Amino acid sequence: MDKDPGSVLGQPTKSEEVPLTLCKGLPDLPRDEDGPVFAEPWQAQAFALAVRLCDQGHFTWAEWVENFSAEIKRAQAAGDPDLGNTYYDHWLAVLEKIITDKGILQTPDLLSRKEQWRQAYLSTPHGKAVEL
Amino acid sequence: MGQDHSNDNAHEPGHSHAHHHDHTEPPADPVLRVKALESLLVEKGLVDPAAIDAIVETYETKVGPRNGAKVVARAWSDPAFKKHLLEDATAAISSMGYIGRQGEHMKVVENTHERHNMVVCTLCSCYPWTVLGLPPVWYKSAPYRARAVSDPKGVLAEFGTELPKGTKIKVWDSTSEMRFLVLPLRPKGTAGWNAERLEQLVTRNSMIGVELALRPDQIPVKSGGKA
Repeated sequence: MDKDPGSVLGQPTKSEEVPLTLCKGLPDLPRDEDGPVFAEPWQAQAFALAVRLCDQGHFTWAEWVENFSAEIKRAQAAGDPDLGNTYYDHWLAVLEKIITDKGILQTPDLLSRKEQWRQAYLSTPHGKAVEL
Repeated sequence: MGQDHSNDNAHEPGHSHAHHHDHTEPPADPVLRVKALESLLVEKGLVDPAAIDAIVETYETKVGPRNGAKVVARAWSDPAFKKHLLEDATAAISSMGYIGRQGEHMKVVENTHERHNMVVCTLCSCYPWTVLGLPPVWYKSAPYRARAVSDPKGVLAEFGTELPKGTKIKVWDSTSEMRFLVLPLRPKGTAGWNAERLEQLVTRNSMIGVELALRPDQIPVKSGGKA
């Protein structure tokens, strides 16, 4: 897809004849092309973890959606403009919630493991693989 | 969970700030949280890292919207398949080897000269992954989710989509149990085209219903010549 990369956020990509007044006063509508939908690798990993745990029967997809929509509502109420760019932040929060709610993992273990990873980075010379 | 955990900064014994030049800057909070989740799940034997990589790869590169394009192109060129697709999309799509995740049902809604269909998920972002891959950013955004319902014409205009006067717009709201796929109108000037050729006209956005299928003269030129 070699479209103009500048045509994002509410600008029509191929419509000389669309009067711009139609778009005035409307919230920005984020746009993208057929490109990658994960902005960063962790988003893909969080996505895959949820899919995998669901496949294995740890929760149903209906349960996931229920939690996910509740999380989005909560975030919106807290002031998140919810433009799609925080989607995987919500995704990760729900993943943590559902995993701890179901007793698959415990919150203190997650927190201490996260800290172990942080420390592992801090104690690994730059350029070397970071391992626990 | 999901809040900022940065208060939790107990240091591991043995770590010294003296050699701060000899370290790797830790990544952002979400990266560490995903690493924590994944490493613990792997240790518990609940998740196989290879399976995770396979899922990522599938949705990033293999699914994309191309499965959906194949379904649409076949419906355009095979009347018996189209009939099956409109009557029982879940079965017709599975028959092409595209199997849904958790038993969600698929419904295919056909555009006609009288009615244009658009798909949204107002609750969150339910999306027919099996046929369209992962959802684009705008599909997940609050403005799209709200305005697809309140102002579908305005949304179509933002995508540069103009419908003939008098065309009705029907908006379908997805749920965890029911996902929708739009069957766009087959473009003019494609008589005699086989499914493979027709597939090039089917874009992701046309299957969400925010755009029309491409006209033959709009087919993108791929590097290495016309496809």
